[in-house]
Amino acid sequence: MASIGERMVLPARAGRTNLMWAFVERQTNLWKRYWAWELVWLVYGVVNTLAITFIAKEAEQAGITSDASHLVLFLLLGTLVWAYLSAVLDDISLVITWERWEGTIEHTLMAPVPRALHLIGMSIFGVMHAVIRTLLIFLIAIPFFSVDLGQADWLSAAVVLGVGSVSVAGLGILTGVLPLLYPERGTQMSFMIQAVVLLISGVYYSVDVLPPWLRIFSYISPATYLLDGIRGAIIDGDGLVSLADTLGILALFGVVLVPGGIAVFAVAERYAKKTGQLKRQG
Amino acid sequence: MIEVETSEEVADAALSRQASMLDGGRSEEMYANPLTADDVSKQFGGGPDFGRLLPWKRSENGHKGPVQVLQGVSFEIRRGEIFGLIGANGSGKSTLIRIFSTLLLPDGGEVRIFGYDAVDESSEVRALINRVSADPSFFRNMSTLENLLFFGRVYGLSPTEIKRRVPVILGRLGFEVEKAREPMSHLSRGQQQKIAVARSFLTSPVLMLLDEPTTGLDPRSKRDVQAFIRQVQAEHDATILLTTHDMQEAELLCDRISFIAGGRIVAEGTPLELRERVARGRSLDAITMETVFMELTGKSIEEDEEREEVMVHG
Ligand SMILES: Nc1ncnc2c1ncn2[C@@H]1O[C@H](COP(=O)(O)OP(=O)(O)OP(=O)(O)O)[C@@H](O)[C@H]1O
Ligand SMILES: [Mg+2]
Repeated sequence: MASIGERMVLPARAGRTNLMWAFVERQTNLWKRYWAWELVWLVYGVVNTLAITFIAKEAEQAGITSDASHLVLFLLLGTLVWAYLSAVLDDISLVITWERWEGTIEHTLMAPVPRALHLIGMSIFGVMHAVIRTLLIFLIAIPFFSVDLGQADWLSAAVVLGVGSVSVAGLGILTGVLPLLYPERGTQMSFMIQAVVLLISGVYYSVDVLPPWLRIFSYISPATYLLDGIRGAIIDGDGLVSLADTLGILALFGVVLVPGGIAVFAVAERYAKKTGQLKRQG
Repeated sequence: MIEVETSEEVADAALSRQASMLDGGRSEEMYANPLTADDVSKQFGGGPDFGRLLPWKRSENGHKGPVQVLQGVSFEIRRGEIFGLIGANGSGKSTLIRIFSTLLLPDGGEVRIFGYDAVDESSEVRALINRVSADPSFFRNMSTLENLLFFGRVYGLSPTEIKRRVPVILGRLGFEVEKAREPMSHLSRGQQQKIAVARSFLTSPVLMLLDEPTTGLDPRSKRDVQAFIRQVQAEHDATILLTTHDMQEAELLCDRISFIAGGRIVAEGTPLELRERVARGRSLDAITMETVFMELTGKSIEEDEEREEVMVHG
């Protein structure tokens, strides 16, 4: 059993994908056990999507607009993208909170897995999880409205979502740091950051309606560009070429936020180990 | 059945010995020194606190001053031994084990595990150790198998390897394997504690940190776990650091014991040596490990000279 040689070569030989996949597999197993919550979130997502999209119908009925179809699609995409974003952010930003709650944090953090692989594994699961949930919401909600998706460039939409997901993962990792620094209030703080992202990114309205001082913040939220790109691809049928700028900005956010998030996480972990903030048991 | 497993594991051990010789990076001398702690100190409550940046925390003056939990702790654990760390509640045992596990950074001093610095080379250290904490700590809604799969994979084991090892280890610990498919929340605390022991040995650590591994176990389970620990020590090349509040267990299992009181090592030696020191002329039969515990940990921290007297260098 005890094999010094076997252990010494571990980081190189074990295969990074095996280490990363350990987290994806664990989250999948957890998710299966908490399927009732998944159902709750799905119902919530569907209801939220319907409720907000019906606002467009009301606008038509009240005579505010004569043709609500554009507004319907605008709001529908907004709520779906938001459902996606918040699912990714939730999953990743709970990286510490969840383990504290289960009491496993010390055992997970003392495993010989580079933190970057741990966080990337959690992000991969978060993205997969969010894609499935959002797709289900979309499929359930779509029959309620007669939207015209004939224009849509699905390939471009998928590329925008793919590139945008990297930057959202980076944001998730950054907010996931808070519970390391503030064991008691950190999780609430991550949710507050999510709320601010909702406000400034133009989820239910275009960012042009924001007062100038808030409008400035919309530029530094990757969600703004993600929503822009998705709406461009699906409503206006923008191809990859016309979305090049948006994609470039999203890629830049990803390149900065993911390594940046991992670096900040490492600093916070060191601080937690210095002050004894990792949950202690026994 | 037993014979097959044993010979398989013997082959395992032989293979690993071979592998360790192939590993050119480290000399055998380094492996001879599983753990050295040198003048380790730790305090809680001092230093920077991000909590103070929060507006609602700033006004709270409830911050206690720093508490010195460990001061100048030094000892060495030799290869292949079971080293006991004994002390009263709150004496700093778990804190020390957290430092060895790279979960806590010491304020001062140095910890080396197989020659690697526990602070600066923590990833190397983490690959060599594992730990049982007093609290089982698992994902309670996942099954035993799913938990072991995860905690094995993060140590680089392949799923096939884990599935091969798990039944063997669970069998030795006297855990009914059929129960392993149920969510862990269905298991009793003692059963979970057994799984915690299984989890730590699953990854073949060369240094095992056992923080009260038998607390909460019934007498039979306690024996299962104790027998398992001895077996692992005897058959394989593992070195073990053990804390326990069971003095009989300490005497039964430990080759050497350190007593810790108020964050300092107050005595060190083999169980027999410690009893002899405490006896001070009285008949040895009257001196149980419990008497040793009472004498060594009951004194106030100020009685430094007393402590020097019982210090056994070995
Ligand atoms: N993360 C922490 N933050 C603040 N204080 C801590 C922390 N960890 C431990 N302490 C304090 O350090 C002291 C030693 O605790 P420790 O858990 O090491 O004791 P122990 O010897 O393991 O006790 P027991 O036998 O009860 O398990 C205690 O006073 C405890 O309150
Ligand atoms: Mg303890």
